[in-house]
Amino acid sequence: MDRTLTINGKLHNVDVDPDTPLLWVLRDILHLTGTKFGCGSGLCGACTVHVGGEARFACQTAIEEVGSDEVVTIEAAHTLAVGQRVQLAWINTDVVQCGYCQPGQIMRAIALLQKNPNPSDADIRDGMAPNICRCGCYPRIHAAVRVAAETAQ
Amino acid sequence: MKRGASGGPRLGRRGFLAAASSSAALFVIPFRLGATETAGAAGFTANAFLRLDAKGVVVLSLPKTEMGQSVYTAIAMLVAEELEVGVGTIAVELPDGEEGRFGEVTQETGGSTSIRETFFPVRQAAADMRASLVGAAAAGWGVAAKDCTASDGRVVHAASGREAHFGALASAAAARPPAMDTQLKDSSKFAVIGKPTPRLDSRLKVMGEAIYGIDVVLPGMKIGAIAQCPAFGGRLESTDRQAALAVAGVVEIVVLTDAVAVIADHYWAAKKGLDALAPVWTSAAEPDLDQARIEGEYAAAAATGKGFGAEGTTSLADVADGLASAHSKFSADYQQPFLAHAPMEPGNCVLHLHNGELEIWTGTQIPADARAAAAGAAGLPVEKVKLRNQLMGGGFGRRLEPDFIVRAVEVAKSCPYPLKLIWSREEDMQHDMYRPYYHDRVEAAVDAEGLPVAIFHRIAGSSIMARLYGDEFDGVDSDAVDGAAVTPYKLPRHRVEFVRHETLVPTSWWRGVGGARSAFVVESFVDELARNAKADPLIYRRRLLESDRARAVLDLVAEKARWTQDPGKDRARGVSIIHLWNTFMAQVVEVGRSDDGVRVERVIVAVDCGQPVNPLGIEAQIEGGVIFGLSAALSGEITIADGRVEQSNFHDYTVFRMTDAPRIDIHIVDSTAEVGGLGEPPVAAVMPALANAVCALTGKRIRRLPILKTLAV
Ligand code: FES
Ligand code: FES
Repeated sequence: MDRTLTINGKLHNVDVDPDTPLLWVLRDILHLTGTKFGCGSGLCGACTVHVGGEARFACQTAIEEVGSDEVVTIEAAHTLAVGQRVQLAWINTDVVQCGYCQPGQIMRAIALLQKNPNPSDADIRDGMAPNICRCGCYPRIHAAVRVAAETAQ
Repeated sequence: MKRGASGGPRLGRRGFLAAASSSAALFVIPFRLGATETAGAAGFTANAFLRLDAKGVVVLSLPKTEMGQSVYTAIAMLVAEELEVGVGTIAVELPDGEEGRFGEVTQETGGSTSIRETFFPVRQAAADMRASLVGAAAAGWGVAAKDCTASDGRVVHAASGREAHFGALASAAAARPPAMDTQLKDSSKFAVIGKPTPRLDSRLKVMGEAIYGIDVVLPGMKIGAIAQCPAFGGRLESTDRQAALAVAGVVEIVVLTDAVAVIADHYWAAKKGLDALAPVWTSAAEPDLDQARIEGEYAAAAATGKGFGAEGTTSLADVADGLASAHSKFSADYQQPFLAHAPMEPGNCVLHLHNGELEIWTGTQIPADARAAAAGAAGLPVEKVKLRNQLMGGGFGRRLEPDFIVRAVEVAKSCPYPLKLIWSREEDMQHDMYRPYYHDRVEAAVDAEGLPVAIFHRIAGSSIMARLYGDEFDGVDSDAVDGAAVTPYKLPRHRVEFVRHETLVPTSWWRGVGGARSAFVVESFVDELARNAKADPLIYRRRLLESDRARAVLDLVAEKARWTQDPGKDRARGVSIIHLWNTFMAQVVEVGRSDDGVRVERVIVAVDCGQPVNPLGIEAQIEGGVIFGLSAALSGEITIADGRVEQSNFHDYTVFRMTDAPRIDIHIVDSTAEVGGLGEPPVAAVMPALANAVCALTGKRIRRLPILKTLAV
């Protein structure tokens, strides 16, 4: 069934079953491969995107649930004011290792700071907990979220 | 969508990059993966590692692959040091699996060897290239080469004020006989090596532009989902083909003897097709294979199996003598579980088999072997296989095996179009090649002071070396005994034996390899000896240590951890020290109590890895390795029931999250000694340090991993 999605500010028509997860529409149909597949079960956060301004697991979001809500992926993270700060903080903190989890981490961090511009250490820990990093970048992810929050002040 | 709700300017990508470079000066030139062109008449190919392309860009072609360990940045630093160019101006090309292309430097990435193997050859290649460019400039100017210097990508003749960019010298350099054996810089002159240098691939990865194997898109490509028989040695019995073909988007079903793949327009259609196909499998070749049986077999092997003595350790008669004559004896058994790698990027392979040729796009730690294995599976000569290696979303040893590439080739034989085959997380976890299960038995005799006079250590486990390299291992798996046969300690009458025992569970390398397996046992046992002797475990170790470098890292970690001060109520510390992969590392882990037993509060690391190349990268490797090891030691375990793996995803194979991660303090010893490895040591050192801390906190000695399970019984 044809439906229209708003992704990174652009309209896209896609023809897939209504239960198709947003993740596979992004990756396999629109070729926006910055959003990653890690577990397919809402357990790792590699697929985190924003839907209607909320961080969501794209692997757990059926396309029929998206409706007219705007989807923002890592490819457009820099168009968000908080997104720029977060990405810069990530670079300046030398966060990444393999990098595979990082699009999800960054989208999660942006949503966290949009809601809570001045998070405590515990807020950062709890807020970032849905996202796994097997390379163990957690200390630097934590530091980068803090830097991004402080550069806003 | 409340875009930009939090205010502030909105910049386009260009604006963003400009802002980034002004505030961070990190964007010298974006990390470039792969050459945009091959070396041509306009460029200058200095050697297998280095060339100038037609635009004058230095292109570094590397036999080591990037899986997060920052090897490209570190090796680009080696080039920058000797060639006199900015690190950020170097473009990096991924290796493609051409055997022998880099001489002595292998194309395998594992065992903490990347910097150790390349430290001299790559610097030599860069120094020779610099000499060629300087020679070309001097000849052109009619001056002596010794009066010219290279700096910042140019050759300069100070006396006349002449200078030329490397790019402008390319054809003149190419026309000259290649420079060889150019003198390398003395370490006292290093301007790049040893300086904290940000990663070259940050921007690419942060912007979401990095392409991993799973991201490759080809024109006309179809996407496949695979299911393999969950039970070891079982086969496919039946499927519901019609139901699968009825799913919209499904184009093909490929049936193999022990696996099935559904190919579709996109992954979700393929996965739905696979569910509809509802494959029925036979039971395992050994349906009664389960954890209890496996553990029983390894316990028996450790106790009575025929062992082979590791080189350099004492004879059976000698150790028996020592054990018999001692003041008192003590023994302990240790068990370490099967572990999955679970890299964030699950198994996948993009490939196209057509016109008698095979093209592969995937991330592998062994491009040359993978290419050969793929050729074998396709029935093609190896020259007909092109392997385009990709960035890896984690390796940890998983991508040291070509099994998933071979599987993809088997499927692709039925597909005339380019195919991307994706393993679900469940498939990835249930068809891993696991870290072996090990059972170690250690017996020691001690003197009146509690110091060891004889140690007999028997290791029962699967032999990865024997599977890969056959009989030359003569009964002893040289990897499994690494760190056990040779320890940092002076140990009289020390015998180590290996007893090989295999089950149907496939095994392979896992971050930390044999050294980490041994370190857990040796460092736990030494801790037990210290406690039996009523000695401080750090001071006890210090008495036994062999080298000054080992004592220095132990002293450093003791000082930084304030070892002699009470850690406070409901807190305790454990210590470990290793000398492996040419690196000395000591760790102190501090734990506290939590709802499910223990919580890791802080880890202090002291490391002497010889000449440090990139301190920022070293710290990242240590942070990552510590977390990887803590995660496994606390809760990592793959178990077997009914001839198959029980775990399937991150709900039952739990890994560390942000909420689990402790504070990690790292202290690097200044050194110009031979370069040591860093990928494995932090994993090896942290597991016993944690177990020792847990024992100090709870009084319960951890002789079996994972720790939370042992604490629960
Ligand atoms: S892939 Fe969506 S949470 Fe893991
Ligand atoms: S950087 Fe590799 S999984 Fe996070």
